[in-house]
Amino acid sequence: MDFATFLQISDTALRFATPLLLACLAGLFSERAGIFDIGLEGKMLMAAMSAGAVAAMTGSVLLGLFAAILGSLMFAAVHGLASITFRGNQLIAGVALNFVASGITVLIAESMFGQGGRTPPLTGAARFANIDLPFAETLRAVPVLGPFYAEVVSGHTILVYVALALVPISWWVLYRTRFGLRLRAVGENPASVDTAGVSVVQLRFSAVIIAGVLCGLAGAYMSTGLQAGFGREMTAGRGYIALAALIFAKWRPWQALWATLLFGFLQALALRPDVVESMTRVAIPVPFLDALPYILTVIVLAGFVGKAIPPRAGGEPYVKER
Amino acid sequence: MTKLPTWADVGLVPLISLTLAALVSAGVLLAIGQSPMQALTVMVNGALGSSYAWGYTLYYATSFIFTGLAVTVAFHAGLFNIGGEGQAQLGGLGVALVCLALPWPHWTIALLAAMFGAALFGAAWAAIPAYLQAKRGSHIVITTIMFNYIAAALLIYLLVNVLRPDGQMDPASANFPASAHLPQFQEIPILQGLFQRFGADGLPRLNAQGMPMYQQVPANVTFLIAILACVLVWVMLWHTRLGFAIRAFGKSEKAAVYAGISPLRIIMIAMLISGALAGLMAINNVMGQSERLVQNSASGAGFIGIAVALMGRNHPLGIFLAAVLFGFLFQGGAALGLETDIPIELRTVVQGLVILFTGALDQMVRMLLGAFFAKKGAT
Amino acid sequence: MSAADLGGRQATAALALPYAIELKGISKAFGSVQANKDINIAIPRGTIHGIIGENGAGKSTLMSILYGFYRADSGQILVNGAPVTIPDSQSAIRAGIGMVFQHFKLVQNFSVLENVILGAEDGPMLNSSLAKARKILGDLSREYELDVDPDALIEDLSVGHQQRVEILKALYRQAEILILDEPTGVLTPDEADHLFRILRGLRDQGKTIVLITHKLREIMETTDNVSVMRRGTMVATVKTAETSPESLAELMVGRKVLLEVEKKPSKVGEIVLSVKNLAVKDEHGVTRLKGVSFDIRAGEILGIAGVAGNGQSELLDALGGIAAASGVVVLNGAKLPLTGPRANGKARRDAGIAHVPEDRQSLGLIMDFAAWENVGFGYHDDPRYQKNAWLMDNEALRADTASKMATYDVRPPIPTLPAKSFSGGNQQKIVVAREMDRNPELLLIGQPTRGVDIGAIEFIHKQIIALRDAGSAVLLVSVELDEIMSLSDRVLVMFDGQIMGERVPAQTDERELGMMMAGMGAK
Repeated sequence: MDFATFLQISDTALRFATPLLLACLAGLFSERAGIFDIGLEGKMLMAAMSAGAVAAMTGSVLLGLFAAILGSLMFAAVHGLASITFRGNQLIAGVALNFVASGITVLIAESMFGQGGRTPPLTGAARFANIDLPFAETLRAVPVLGPFYAEVVSGHTILVYVALALVPISWWVLYRTRFGLRLRAVGENPASVDTAGVSVVQLRFSAVIIAGVLCGLAGAYMSTGLQAGFGREMTAGRGYIALAALIFAKWRPWQALWATLLFGFLQALALRPDVVESMTRVAIPVPFLDALPYILTVIVLAGFVGKAIPPRAGGEPYVKER
Repeated sequence: MTKLPTWADVGLVPLISLTLAALVSAGVLLAIGQSPMQALTVMVNGALGSSYAWGYTLYYATSFIFTGLAVTVAFHAGLFNIGGEGQAQLGGLGVALVCLALPWPHWTIALLAAMFGAALFGAAWAAIPAYLQAKRGSHIVITTIMFNYIAAALLIYLLVNVLRPDGQMDPASANFPASAHLPQFQEIPILQGLFQRFGADGLPRLNAQGMPMYQQVPANVTFLIAILACVLVWVMLWHTRLGFAIRAFGKSEKAAVYAGISPLRIIMIAMLISGALAGLMAINNVMGQSERLVQNSASGAGFIGIAVALMGRNHPLGIFLAAVLFGFLFQGGAALGLETDIPIELRTVVQGLVILFTGALDQMVRMLLGAFFAKKGAT
Repeated sequence: MSAADLGGRQATAALALPYAIELKGISKAFGSVQANKDINIAIPRGTIHGIIGENGAGKSTLMSILYGFYRADSGQILVNGAPVTIPDSQSAIRAGIGMVFQHFKLVQNFSVLENVILGAEDGPMLNSSLAKARKILGDLSREYELDVDPDALIEDLSVGHQQRVEILKALYRQAEILILDEPTGVLTPDEADHLFRILRGLRDQGKTIVLITHKLREIMETTDNVSVMRRGTMVATVKTAETSPESLAELMVGRKVLLEVEKKPSKVGEIVLSVKNLAVKDEHGVTRLKGVSFDIRAGEILGIAGVAGNGQSELLDALGGIAAASGVVVLNGAKLPLTGPRANGKARRDAGIAHVPEDRQSLGLIMDFAAWENVGFGYHDDPRYQKNAWLMDNEALRADTASKMATYDVRPPIPTLPAKSFSGGNQQKIVVAREMDRNPELLLIGQPTRGVDIGAIEFIHKQIIALRDAGSAVLLVSVELDEIMSLSDRVLVMFDGQIMGERVPAQTDERELGMMMAGMGAK
């Protein structure tokens, strides 16, 4: 693979990694608070449809973004209601919401636009514009780093940079603030938080809501950044890949960035089987590249690459002990 | 919280969950400007209004019985197997390999061999997540989801590169030989009469040979095998030592170890049975209906198994009823897609809502009912 | 104003507010169970006040009401003379009440410092809170002998140190009233003594301590006053110096306690079980049982005394086939496999070892299973319960259950009722019936009467003696010294995974055994 191809694939990888990263961070907040979230996929899908629909109707991508967050939050609220308020099975709630999202997005898009469950193609202000970072052209002359900056780092939509910025922010919130301390505590031992006089329910709901907002961003990016409009099932399992990345990252923000970049890169490679073939000198089937993130996750889960220990109270509804 | 009478817990809770799911769905329909009543009428007609409709409803129900039983067996061992979809696809692969391997002399022999292939491949696909759960503690929910995606990729590869006959465009296997054809309902002597076709004059329509003509429906002998599977699973769970051990392990792993029940053994066996049941679904759709292996052959039935198991309260009788209900929903939903502007995806919404209300908000339903019974008790 | 006046005024004020806590007419019911009935109690400031009672007497419920976990159905709480409502833990903390639970409420992978500030941070940022807490923690450690490394992770600390963190948490929140719920259940005698030193130090600084326990010795040694609870009511509050363990025990159970169990001298036979150098490692690779050796003969009860957590559970687990072990175990001349697939509970049952586990609710029973299923549990492949090679005979199992329920006086005698619907004593009788009714070669029995009412205790004790008289060997593990002393023919004392020595009950006393349990005394 020559340098130009590498830059091209890296650029695509960053685009593909962005929704994964946002969803992964969403899962991070939720699961760190002890709520397993299989529903990332559904929330993203709902957000993608909401963004696509509202941006198409109003021509404003910002309104679309707002709608995306709202749509995702509605699902997050139901997830919270089921798994926190009514102490239901968090996994089943997530699975259920994914199905609801898969169907209802098509229902709504079809009834609004009658285009087979798609939203109309978005143009102009209805999409996020690419931003050229300062000095991208001037620095291009610098060997290696210059083109990398100009081709890969620069020229993305604002949501890509928001996602990247959210990595240190998430780290800071989790490890340097009172909220983060309590959030991590409630995912490890909710009784410790409860007996300290802090509401477990409120903390967990805040985590679920943060996850909702982040999935909203991820979904909005799907339909207004990465693509120009919503199409049925457009998230195509990205919620699950994000979940895989979260396990890969062992529930930590910086590692989440690396994991999602890796998975994004794999997705980008799957689009270029020619490059893969020229590198490995054997024909690697595209389906194998598609499946690679899942295979890697299974390997990580199996504990062959370090043990991934989830938050101790994860998946368990909190019931006060006598 | 008021304790519910057993009959209410077993019967009313699923019924109310279903009602809630229906109400929310009706709300969705109203919101998108459709009439819920009209939708229901179309669904009832499309799924139950004729023997033809029943032929489809029961065809879908057959698949859902298998996947529902698959989820249930794992559930009783305390394992949430979301991998039914992938296991059913692998089961399809097993069926295809068996059916294409030999010129089978009779469908009964082909069926037995294909069942073996389906169960074997489905079980094998469940074996890896099971082993990883038992030996390495890898969360089976996540691994089975991953294995669904890996299965899909594997089948795409096999269908495009290996099983596709030369010169064929679509990614599918060759057609199975006619000797591997399973009798469909209209071909089974005692059922045949129900599917007879009549002309506009009310007289039976005859073919060129002067024989009566029948509506062709996809429901086939697999339906009977599904009923048999319900009985066998019931016997296994409640009348055998293995079932006893599975249920004990599912309730308390610690206690099971105390009793000398090996977690590795139970996890493996329960998941192998679960995977085999999911795989067996392929007899119905791959062998009984499409008669070749196509991409995405399970078409979501593996996931519907989750809803069916939850709705059926993890009991084979409940699963049978829930599977027929979902068969109705599936066929009725298809009728909606054909006859109205309501997209077929409505059924996915209902499916999700049923899972939500029966599996995750069951506590809410119980609280509602509990409040009702408390009030009734007070007056 | 003269100094004498001032002194007089202060004395009056102190008289007006003599109580840290007053509870008036507190009642609390869970469904049909009245956990607390019209409780009245007044705890003077600057004292250590014991609350004693049997398991299920309502002590923990009362304290949970005080800490805002439950709301009382009726009654009034006064703190320092002022009526307060405590709807949640936050209000309890604000009222100056701190609680050290039996099961610690610590975050395992947090540092001591993080655990201490959790919920009591100064502001939205952590750094300043942590710095301040570090300083205060240093002061508190020095003042009260509460030294712990503020940066250590909880999971690396011993149980005793974890408990100190809980106390530090309360003190950091400026608790004036400290409630400790069964604080010594998990401590070694040494650690317990240290704890009581700390508590006395706190009292001398003017704090009020409420000590909930069922151990008479702790009450007698540590408290100033003691209240006795029985079946949800407060039966007496007395000055500790003016009472005796005997009268407290009588108050607790409501009648003279029969600590002596009638039994004939044992007729010992051949060696049934021979254990040599048995060792068990836990899941973290820490050796919990450090090579113990002993024999048990037919027709004798060997008691294992010790503070909880000194290797007794591991001993039972290893012999019962639950935990892998090393060493040599010989049963009736045959060596038992201690690791691998053949070292499991079923193989041990087949060899003639029955096991009544220490924790009946999580090990001995499946709470959702019906009584008849629980009677088959672990013996579900018994030929008597099979119809043929394939099917179980559930009818036979139900019939057997009905007869066992009659023999062992399980109430209500309904085989189809789920285990969770029975009381603790009757649950234990189901387990005992299942394990003892087969006349095993060897019975392993752990904490046979934990959480069991008096009537059932007597019944179970008689069954154990009867089994011994019928010629079975019995290994009895209990943290209740009384039980060990009255049932055993021989007693081994365990400390830190080892056997400290052997005694015959008639030739020893609780003091000597207590010393050995604390790791002192002759080997």
